Amino acid sequence: MRSTINIAKAMVGPVERDTPPRKMSRRSVGEIIFFVAATVSFLLCMGTLVVMVVDLVQTSAGRLTWQFLSGVSSRLADRAGVLPAIAGTVWVTSIAMVISLPIGIGAAVYLEEFCRRSALSRVLEIAIANLAGVPAIIFGMVGLHLFVRWCGFGRSVLSGGLTMALVVLPLIILVSREAIRSVPRDVREGSLALGASTMQTVWHQVLPAALPGLLTGAILGVCRIIGEAAPLLALGAVTYLTKTPSGLDSPFTTLPIQVFNWISRPQVAFHHNAAGAIVVLLMVLFVLNGAAIVIRARGQRRG
Amino acid sequence: MMRERIQLFLLASCAWISIAITLAIAVALLQETVSFFREVSAAQFLLDTEWTPLFWEKHYGIWPLVCGTVITTVISLVVAIPVGTTIALFLAEWSPRSLRQIIKPILEILSGIPTIVFGYFSVTIATPLLRIIFPSLPGFNALSAGVVMGIMMVPLMATLVEDALSVVPQSFREASYALGASRLTTMLRVTLPAAAGGVVAACILALSRALGETMIVTIAAGQQPRFSLNPLQAVETLTAFIAQVVMGDTPYGSIEHRAVFVVGCLLFLGTFTLNVGSMWIRERFSSTR
Repeated sequence: MRSTINIAKAMVGPVERDTPPRKMSRRSVGEIIFFVAATVSFLLCMGTLVVMVVDLVQTSAGRLTWQFLSGVSSRLADRAGVLPAIAGTVWVTSIAMVISLPIGIGAAVYLEEFCRRSALSRVLEIAIANLAGVPAIIFGMVGLHLFVRWCGFGRSVLSGGLTMALVVLPLIILVSREAIRSVPRDVREGSLALGASTMQTVWHQVLPAALPGLLTGAILGVCRIIGEAAPLLALGAVTYLTKTPSGLDSPFTTLPIQVFNWISRPQVAFHHNAAGAIVVLLMVLFVLNGAAIVIRARGQRRG
Repeated sequence: MMRERIQLFLLASCAWISIAITLAIAVALLQETVSFFREVSAAQFLLDTEWTPLFWEKHYGIWPLVCGTVITTVISLVVAIPVGTTIALFLAEWSPRSLRQIIKPILEILSGIPTIVFGYFSVTIATPLLRIIFPSLPGFNALSAGVVMGIMMVPLMATLVEDALSVVPQSFREASYALGASRLTTMLRVTLPAAAGGVVAACILALSRALGETMIVTIAAGQQPRFSLNPLQAVETLTAFIAQVVMGDTPYGSIEHRAVFVVGCLLFLGTFTLNVGSMWIRERFSSTR
């Protein structure tokens, strides 16, 4: 196979990849079918986004008031607000990130800079890759077993944060490894040549150079936590709250859980609330993603 | 020197936490599963065709939940695999830069939308739209949940297949062109088969994701376990059952609650096998190059 290709290449000489004819009239039936399929596929994605946005804007139009943003749970749809959910989301995200970010980056540094290739490191790699693919709801069940029951933290914001830390840890490890790997070898070799130890090189050269990538990873992690509902559902986050969490042992709810609760109700008025909460959720994610893009762009310019 | 030793030890323990978490998951799930099977026989679990652990007359046949999962998963893959692969082929082999810069961000936005939003979309928009084709469609059904889940997985599928295509050496394409093949023939007969390992790995990963997806099916599929494969009715998946029970006031340690861990165990084993399988295929595929 390889030799045939080489002979063919030798006979024809170098071929420019983008030279095939561009005239529309010479397109074959097969090509037209492919283009139609590609257009339909693309329109399906595009259409979903457009319909989603239009529907959300229309449905939530009357609901996005200051009262909605600063209000607490209520039996009446037009009195209910998302403040406890926003506060709960902030609490859970902060706790999860405080725990998972150092551990995740630590694990990434170990795997990239210190770990020798062996059967043991292979087991580690498989475990991490597999954790990244475990369904989120299973983390919720483990959180319920481990934190709520075994550690006795109850259905508190602490249990929620710890569980979310488990959910997001594999993602942070994977993205951080990518960031560390993208630091050029020269940086390490230069530092080592000047007599620095591997550990000093990591702290003073590699990590600062990988910072934009690590930050982007952290933001991706935050986005994942903010949007994730299933694990907290399993933990038993409450959905009727009249005040925001005041400490680690407070009951809590988050935005996705609140959305889920409102969609599950039969009254249409609550569906409008759900649309409003979704808009708030998407706005937050939009801002965070924007920040990630800016950080990435700056990192690239400096590098 | 001592300080660096301690630092290295701390870093290593960070990495080993992943193993600890995996073990914790296995232990938590197995513990409850074992106590479940002390009360319910494996025969009943595998042979009964009804799943009613929350009713007065309890049946523990797993098949209705498996059926629900199979229907929604198959529908989602029928949407995600062709659509995702077509987009990937177009992006990798045909698209000019300008089009790429429109398509890529749209896929990225789509992949950043939380699943709960897709659940909302499934109930409020997709079901009414599908009623145009199937007028008898109930408000909660497997079809709508599956289709929306499929759309949600398109970016995942497209990205993975595009990665697989980008690994195919340029010389393969050039050789094909040199032999007189058209661009389409090259794409379908040379590039795609050469990337087959990556494409299969992507499909398996999508399958694993569909099995574990919880929010869409909990909201939109109806939470009614049925021993049938008809997509036009309400079903309950493995994940939706877990969500339904843990949300309610079922007391911890009761048989109903243990049933949740059994279902979770099944789900974990399934996704674990698929994830490792996908990794294995991808590595085999890349090492033969």
